[in-house]
Amino acid sequence: MSKEPVVIKKKKEKTFKDIVMEKLPDGGNLNACLTCGTCAAGCPATGLHGMDPRKIVRLAALGMDEELKKTPWAWLCSMCTRCVYACPMNVNIPQLVFNMRAAWPREERPRGILRSCDVALGTDTCSAMGFPVQDFIDVVEEMLEGVRTQPGFEDLQAPIDKQGAYFLVNQNSREPGTEPEEMIPLWKILHMVGADWTYSSKGWAAENYCLFLADDDGWKEITRRAAEAAEELGVQSFVNTE
Amino acid sequence: MESIIPYYARWIREGKLQVSSEWNKNLKVKFTVQDPCNLVRKTFGDALAEDLRFTLKACVGEENFIDMNPSMSNNYCCGGGGGFLQNPYKEERIQYGQKKLDQIVATAADYCITPCHNCHSQIHELAEMAPHHWHTLHLWTIICLAAGVLCRNERTYLGDDLREVNIPEWDETEFL
Repeated sequence: MSKEPVVIKKKKEKTFKDIVMEKLPDGGNLNACLTCGTCAAGCPATGLHGMDPRKIVRLAALGMDEELKKTPWAWLCSMCTRCVYACPMNVNIPQLVFNMRAAWPREERPRGILRSCDVALGTDTCSAMGFPVQDFIDVVEEMLEGVRTQPGFEDLQAPIDKQGAYFLVNQNSREPGTEPEEMIPLWKILHMVGADWTYSSKGWAAENYCLFLADDDGWKEITRRAAEAAEELGVQSFVNTE
Repeated sequence: MESIIPYYARWIREGKLQVSSEWNKNLKVKFTVQDPCNLVRKTFGDALAEDLRFTLKACVGEENFIDMNPSMSNNYCCGGGGGFLQNPYKEERIQYGQKKLDQIVATAADYCITPCHNCHSQIHELAEMAPHHWHTLHLWTIICLAAGVLCRNERTYLGDDLREVNIPEWDETEFL
């Protein structure tokens, strides 16, 4: 038997898991997996493309980075967080998946999500449907005319950019864009309770596809614009309507 | 940042939002509710899920609410979240939704309330494939119906059973 000690010459390269762990609080506990399978048993995406949450954690633990980075499972997990909610070791699988998404070259990520993110970034309203400010004002006006013909709602207001209102209310683009009559029940409720509320002309769109795209700069920008609108109007509360 | 749902519950408790489930006393139309992951498990937890149920029960009657199993923070994602509706994996999205479909079918509810647009789109689509069809509603629709202020032209997502129920007496609009 050789008396020479074994020398590990090469410094171990960082794996994808190591890089993700540096970004997450407590490293996302990604080393703590007990392989119990609770995550996989309770995940609706288990089995899609032969993957499940536990396999994803194992691939990461084993340093199988190429497999991790190319599996479409990154887009089949909805990052619903049920796995980490159930996990006895609090392993943050959804954050691992988010970073798997972010590891895809931006232009190769699913086109629908990419386009929705880019359209929102290019529109003042942050609408993923590209709904511009003036169209929003027009559709609100048009709907208001209709609802004010109803007894009890003659004085109903749906203000845009009302300074100092208590609530800033956001709205999914789908309503002004494709089913504007769906805004009316919400307005009626706010009217009946006497809420002091406003929309903002900019940044009112509730959706944020840049988050789903795992585009950190993009989702921060969308969120920043909504927060700025709230600050400029001096509202007390930003209320999410969905 | 807040959700509007605890406000709905608060306004009902304070009597500012006057809803009644009287319209459903004899009809006994059954309702269930989806817990949106982003609102419940990921942000406001079971407290919001409780306010959501309180609001819905006040509108439809406690005995006409059938919960999903599992529910609240432990409920399943519908499969519309995380960008699923905008990615090319439609077949996988429907497979993912099978768990949600089975849950809703098990409640035998006529209506599923979905206070989230992703959930609304996905659950609306899943209903087309279900052995018994359910209707998918925004929460504000049922609140206004129970408050007696929901006009015919605001009833797009209601089924035939509720098209003429609790119509405001002054409403002369037509069903869209």
